[in-house]
Amino acid sequence: MKVIDPHIHMVSRTTDDYLALAYGGIHTVSEPSFWPGFDRCGVDGFRDYFQQLTVVEPARAARFKIRHFCWIGLNAKEAENTKIGEQVLAILPEYLDSPTALGIGEVGLNKNSKNEIAMFERQVELAAVRNELMLIHTPHLEDKLKGTRIIMDILRNEPRIIPSRVLIDHAEEHTIGEIKDNGFWFGLTLYPDSKGSPARAVDAIEIFGADKLCINSSADWSVSDPTATLKTVNEMRRRGHPDDLIRRIFYDNPADFLGQSPKFSVA
Amino acid sequence: MIKNKQQLPIPLSSSQILDMSFLENRARLLEIAAFIDRIERSADPDTGKADFRYKSFIEGVRLLLDDSAAVKTSRIQINFSDPTTEPIASAIKLKAHGAWSGETNEGY
Ligand SMILES: [Zn+2]
Repeated sequence: MKVIDPHIHMVSRTTDDYLALAYGGIHTVSEPSFWPGFDRCGVDGFRDYFQQLTVVEPARAARFKIRHFCWIGLNAKEAENTKIGEQVLAILPEYLDSPTALGIGEVGLNKNSKNEIAMFERQVELAAVRNELMLIHTPHLEDKLKGTRIIMDILRNEPRIIPSRVLIDHAEEHTIGEIKDNGFWFGLTLYPDSKGSPARAVDAIEIFGADKLCINSSADWSVSDPTATLKTVNEMRRRGHPDDLIRRIFYDNPADFLGQSPKFSVA
Repeated sequence: MIKNKQQLPIPLSSSQILDMSFLENRARLLEIAAFIDRIERSADPDTGKADFRYKSFIEGVRLLLDDSAAVKTSRIQINFSDPTTEPIASAIKLKAHGAWSGETNEGY
């Protein structure tokens, strides 16, 4: 079974993890820009990070015949420092032009604050002007429902944003229905213990269907699992779902969403 | 009701689901019971029981047994969620707790 992981933070993973992806049949990945676990002290920190995403990781992945794409953006966790934020916004186009950058992401909200919203709106505007795909980070835990609604209001208020070119990630049982009703793609993220599990992801597939859905590990520097997508494939097989449905969810769907960028191709 | 809402029906009977998942969920139920007992055994159980997270948790347990809640998972998710709609003033030094504290604007 071939799998595409559309949301994984390989900068935080070991080379052994690349090997595990290759063994497991995950030969294509996309990596959104995110928060490194600490706030960067200046725009140069972001420059180094975007260089890592657009140059270093594709080369590291290629050693294992894995194709690596990325998303460029200012994450919500660092949106409160608007001085640095403004400088980061100014350099985004330079990195969005790189041959493996698929669009703007992951951008969105964290605690649903005014500065987070302002920085998100600026990036929605940039996506509209440049006709970029968007990968959206929704807040975690108690902030998710409120934040997902604010994000969708902002996106709907920008007529140049086409919902089928936006994936709203980290969706859960209480947000999937509204995301689908608005025509956006939704992402289900698998976390080993804090949030979603393979079993609940498969429940969501059964309840909401396989349209406009991508499953991802979101593996990063915290407790996470780069092979979580494969464990969810296994959960679907255990329940008796057919291989063509599994292939559609884990391979065709992400290829369809990411393939809206002409830069994308599968390994 | 939940059955009609399924787009891709689960290809398992209820006894197959029990065969597959009863033991792991039995263990989870015992973990929850032990967690509540542990708070009870603490030096200051009343403080814990007054905490917004504990109250939300117990309300979630109650929803689990409420048969009028057709889709229990999303009802419990909403129970833990911030129901307000206005942006907060600032996110500096704030983190998510997993339950809503009940304060409408933490950004002081
Ligand atoms: Zn992420």
